[in-house]
Amino acid sequence: MPTTVWTERRRLRSLRDRGPRRERVQMRLVVDLNRCQGFAQCVFLAPDVFSLHGGEALLFSPRFDEAQQDRVEKAAAACPVQAILVDYSDEPTKGVKPHVG
Amino acid sequence: MSADTDVEVLRRQGRIVVVGASLAGLRAAETLRDQGFTGSLTMIGDEPYEPYDRPPLSKQALLGRARPEDTALPRRRDIDAEWRLGVAAAGLDRDAKLVRLANGDTVPYDRLLIATGTRARPWFHPEEAALDGVFVLRTRDDSARLHRKLAGAVSRVLVIGAGFTGSEVASACRELGLDVTVAERGPAPLVGALGGVIGAVADRLQRKKGVDLRCGISVTALEGDEVGRLRRAHLSDGSAIDVDVAVVSLGAMRNTEWLAGSGVAAGPRGIACDAGCRVFDVNGIVTDDIYAAGDVARSPHPLFDYQFLALEHWGNAVEQAEIAAHNMICAGPDRRPHLWLPMFWSSQFGVNIKSVGVPSLGDQLVVAQGALAEERFVAVYGYRGRVIAAASFDGAKWLGFYEQQIAAGAPFPPEYRTVDRRTETLHPIDPAFPDPHLPTHGATVTLTGHSPSERRVAFVPAHA
Ligand SMILES: Cc1cc2nc3c(=O)[nH]c(=O)nc-3n(C[C@H](O)[C@H](O)[C@H](O)COP(=O)(O)OP(=O)(O)OC[C@H]3O[C@@H](n4cnc5c(N)ncnc54)[C@H](O)[C@@H]3O)c2cc1C
Ligand code: SF4
Repeated sequence: MPTTVWTERRRLRSLRDRGPRRERVQMRLVVDLNRCQGFAQCVFLAPDVFSLHGGEALLFSPRFDEAQQDRVEKAAAACPVQAILVDYSDEPTKGVKPHVG
Repeated sequence: MSADTDVEVLRRQGRIVVVGASLAGLRAAETLRDQGFTGSLTMIGDEPYEPYDRPPLSKQALLGRARPEDTALPRRRDIDAEWRLGVAAAGLDRDAKLVRLANGDTVPYDRLLIATGTRARPWFHPEEAALDGVFVLRTRDDSARLHRKLAGAVSRVLVIGAGFTGSEVASACRELGLDVTVAERGPAPLVGALGGVIGAVADRLQRKKGVDLRCGISVTALEGDEVGRLRRAHLSDGSAIDVDVAVVSLGAMRNTEWLAGSGVAAGPRGIACDAGCRVFDVNGIVTDDIYAAGDVARSPHPLFDYQFLALEHWGNAVEQAEIAAHNMICAGPDRRPHLWLPMFWSSQFGVNIKSVGVPSLGDQLVVAQGALAEERFVAVYGYRGRVIAAASFDGAKWLGFYEQQIAAGAPFPPEYRTVDRRTETLHPIDPAFPDPHLPTHGATVTLTGHSPSERRVAFVPAHA
């Protein structure tokens, strides 16, 4: 499982990014909802990021910040079908317009 | 560079170009790097944004639970690509092996991946489509615009077309407390994708949640006021309703126009490729340097009579991209087929809808778990005596089982012991799909026939 490697890299990134002029670090997230079975482990572990909508439809926030990082990592690790993919790369996408809105 | 002999050179220093920088394009790029491709990688995308996820655009984003601009896809790894964003590919020259961009630049390739996806089918009348208040929903910008509009003072929203996207929009509107009318030409919501039996359940669900649902009805005209704001919609039954927002959800069109004249088998039904994602030319000869993946591709599937399937499914884009990327940098015997079982989800009106297989191929249906009346069930579709698909409403945990049944060609109707039934009859019934020759907007799986180079024109409805 690449989880350990991933966690180290993520930690490194958050430390590095914590400079004074940086805005708050935002991380990206997607859930493979074909795999997701609505077991809701993630909802218990990171309720600010994951929620159930009705009986078993999962809604997630595709972006979360550092304050949620540990919880999201735990949720991703706990998901019984490994449906949660968290950002693995902080490579810049050259040529992209900055965020608006 | 010839196809198989120079694979090692290609992997080390080849030039791979990906056109379409979205889900399929990104996952393909990651797979290429993962598998040791160290040459140059160029990502060409006409949207100015890095790859983002579309499913939240009609769900979380409309509810205000996520901003459309926050949907950028997480990366599995660094891809070390040159990004050409905000510029469209305008042509393909197969002789010179280069892609022409809209700004006049050319980008040479040794291997090309086409992942240009689909776009929303616009309202058929351009002037009406341009009215303030008329929306489609495909992109981040579409979603942001629609969300802004819905957050303002809106008296009534009209959703045109009750396929998955239209139904999700209607669901979000109801949750936001907005009055919403849904006009669907077919007999029920979701009928093209799941058939009339399940459509009837979706119909009840919508009405129960307060949707003014009108089936068997087309919108004939949208009317604006003197300053160009949408005011009224005219329906085929002669009635009219006052609306200030209309969301046109009439399905998708494949982005293949830029390939016109290139000689590849690209048309309104998509780009034909073999099971290894290699694109056919119009003569039905497979190319070896051009690949396709995602919503724009159609490819033959052995489980479904080797018909060419076109899938507008998130999961398909991921899987097919991975296969295409793998095959692009492998010699013949190492190549893999794309035999993914179609899978789809949607959430609407508080219900988690999932399907596996190709329901629209079904000639029979049984309700195997739960009950239609409870809006909680698994319906199993049969085709010539074997299980071909399953669809669930809040029954996701069962679908893995039916996935295996479909893959194994298990007999239909399913064995009684696999079935937990209470109220419904177990006798297979007709799933009630509309005549396949009639257009529907609901289907996200299209059987596109057997011929790779077939360029039959898709039926484009003149009215909704
Ligand atoms: C609102 C919405 C909700 C959805 N919900 C679900 C869901 O719940 N479940 C599910 O399974 N699927 C869902 N889908 C479908 C899913 O998002 C698609 O299957 C997926 O996006 C396909 O990815 P793709 O990369 O093949 O194509 P796309 O995402 O369509 O990407 C193609 C990209 O290529 C670009 N492009 C087009 N032409 C050119 C050109 N000439 N030059 C350069 N770039 C070009 C396009 O602008 C686009 O950025 C939804 C889609 C939408 C729009
Ligand atoms: S833990 Fe995994 S399977 Fe369960 S709801 Fe979350 S994402 Fe879905």
